[in-house]
Amino acid sequence: MNDNYAVDGETRVEIYRRMALLKANDERSRKVIKTGRLMMPYYSYRGQECIPAALAVNLTDRDYLCTIYRGIHDMLAKGLPLKELWAEIAGRIDGSCKGKGGPMHLTSPDKGIMVTTGIVGSSMPIANGLALAAQLSGDGRVAVATFGDGASNIGAFHEALNMASVWKLPAIFLCQNNQYGEHTTYEKATSALRIADRAIAYNMPGVRVDGNDPLAVHAVTLEAIERARNGGGPTLIEAMTFRFHGHIYGDDDAYMDPARKKAAMEADPVPIYRASLIAGGFATEESLSRIETEIEAALDEAVEYALASPMPGEEELTTDVYAEGAAA
Amino acid sequence: MNDAIVDTAINTHRITILQAINAALADALADDERVFVLGEDVGDAEGGGIVGVTAGLSKRFGDDRVRSTPISEQAIIGASIGAAIAGWKPVAEIMLMNFVTVAMDMIVNHAAKLRYMSGGKTSVPMVIRTMTGAGASTGGQHADYLEGWFAHTAGLKVVAPSTPEDAYGLLRSAIDDPDPVIFIENLISYGNKGPAPVSGHRVPLGKARVAVEGKDITIIAYSAMADRALQAAKILSQAGISAEIIDLRTISPWDQETVFASVAKTGRALVVHEAVKPFGPGAEVAATLSSEFFGRLKAPVERIGAPFTPVPFAKSLEDAFIPSPARIAHAAQKLVEQGKL
Repeated sequence: MNDNYAVDGETRVEIYRRMALLKANDERSRKVIKTGRLMMPYYSYRGQECIPAALAVNLTDRDYLCTIYRGIHDMLAKGLPLKELWAEIAGRIDGSCKGKGGPMHLTSPDKGIMVTTGIVGSSMPIANGLALAAQLSGDGRVAVATFGDGASNIGAFHEALNMASVWKLPAIFLCQNNQYGEHTTYEKATSALRIADRAIAYNMPGVRVDGNDPLAVHAVTLEAIERARNGGGPTLIEAMTFRFHGHIYGDDDAYMDPARKKAAMEADPVPIYRASLIAGGFATEESLSRIETEIEAALDEAVEYALASPMPGEEELTTDVYAEGAAA
Repeated sequence: MNDAIVDTAINTHRITILQAINAALADALADDERVFVLGEDVGDAEGGGIVGVTAGLSKRFGDDRVRSTPISEQAIIGASIGAAIAGWKPVAEIMLMNFVTVAMDMIVNHAAKLRYMSGGKTSVPMVIRTMTGAGASTGGQHADYLEGWFAHTAGLKVVAPSTPEDAYGLLRSAIDDPDPVIFIENLISYGNKGPAPVSGHRVPLGKARVAVEGKDITIIAYSAMADRALQAAKILSQAGISAEIIDLRTISPWDQETVFASVAKTGRALVVHEAVKPFGPGAEVAATLSSEFFGRLKAPVERIGAPFTPVPFAKSLEDAFIPSPARIAHAAQKLVEQGKL
């Protein structure tokens, strides 16, 4: 781990706390689904924890996030309360969206989590609108759109980046390049050698970063956020990572190269960063274990809370379609 | 009575539908600083809109609040959705209704659904203005009426005025509304004149207008077809048939109360729209009326729409495509005669 980063120890440990939370949450999710107590489409983000953990320590609750169906890590890193999350993915009334959104549409405006979309490529145009609101208000907020490598091949990506650049919007386009768009490899689907290079076409800075190096991600996201806050316009960041599991929980991963997958999992960024914190004297085995124990306890509590929460009553079926209730 | 004097003075003044929409936008921009307008060529440097609907607005309110955009419909609607969630009130222009097709994901998957999917935590108070209508020889990709798609999408409201007063009042209400509204303007009738609306006038969404009272048959129409239904009513009156014309004004949610009251009186109904007939809004209205008035109707509910074809280019074909007053009158007369058997 590169120790030339000017990141204080507290922040380094906070990044780890969030990474550990994301990892534990993913493991718990898969475990609970496997028991049959939870039925939902689950898109594991395991392997990608560094990116949102390092990003989120540079954001405030007031900053906006638009994320995607594989985005629970983004939201948890940004502060989505565990109980709200778990009750929502269990389809319960105490969920962040009263059980009406589910895992692909989690929303928590108090934490700046404004939109989660299940449509590839659709986080970017909407993030522009949030950034435009910030620009018109002059309130100093920024909007972050996260998306995968596959989304950079869809038209909305290009429309959104062009508009953001023309209007100098305070937006950060954060691509988590996990090497797969659903089942298809990056190489097979994407013409650009680097997604970051696509920024050139839109006259905005484009940066590729090792998405498994939290301090590197911290540095590039901080620079992009400061540029956006100071009126310097948008940035495209391509964070290189690897999705440990298949597109959706339950698929057999047969389309993933086993050797590549094995190598990626052996280079799991979470334990590597953990070890570096101890080696660097930023934390001790005991202090990190305590964090992990607290996370497990919080997960126990959240799962229990969620599964004990009632399902929404039938009256919820037709509310929230319009402000005044459903049309006849 | 000063108010009466003012009203009389204003009502003698006649303006076009285009001027009414321009005035509604100007008044909304003046009244609420959260309102802003965006779309292709809407700024005055770009001509104030392709046919001048937004002329003068950017000069008066600035390029930030009346902003020309790239030709990027997904980005236009996406920017509007994001800003709306954050508390602004965007009025997006999608120049022509056929161009909404390239923004359907943003409109249908996002604008329409975010309130519901977030359990009411977010809302999308935005308006999408768009123009359309056959009659200008623009062929198959510039003139479709696609309101049925949007009326079929929970979370959207769909509005289509036919007079300057309604255009002004409905647009003001659409901008006030806490949910996304598709506002359909007929390109061909932008120049139609009518009494000027009083500044601040509102027409509630979901309320139809009885344009002409009658007793033999109810003709339900909207947008340019409301005008054609009025022309049909004149033809019918010469044949001794008294037609009640209802301008629906809002397609979704549609005003069942007003339509039901009329059909209860006449016992006959004809729904007219320029959209192609199969699976059109007329089917929804007709099915509802048939169910509500089963056994009390003097004739089956009938529908008129464009034939199930793309909008043709040749003038002869385009004229045949758009429902004409004569065709409306003929269908109405048949229903009235059928009811007398």
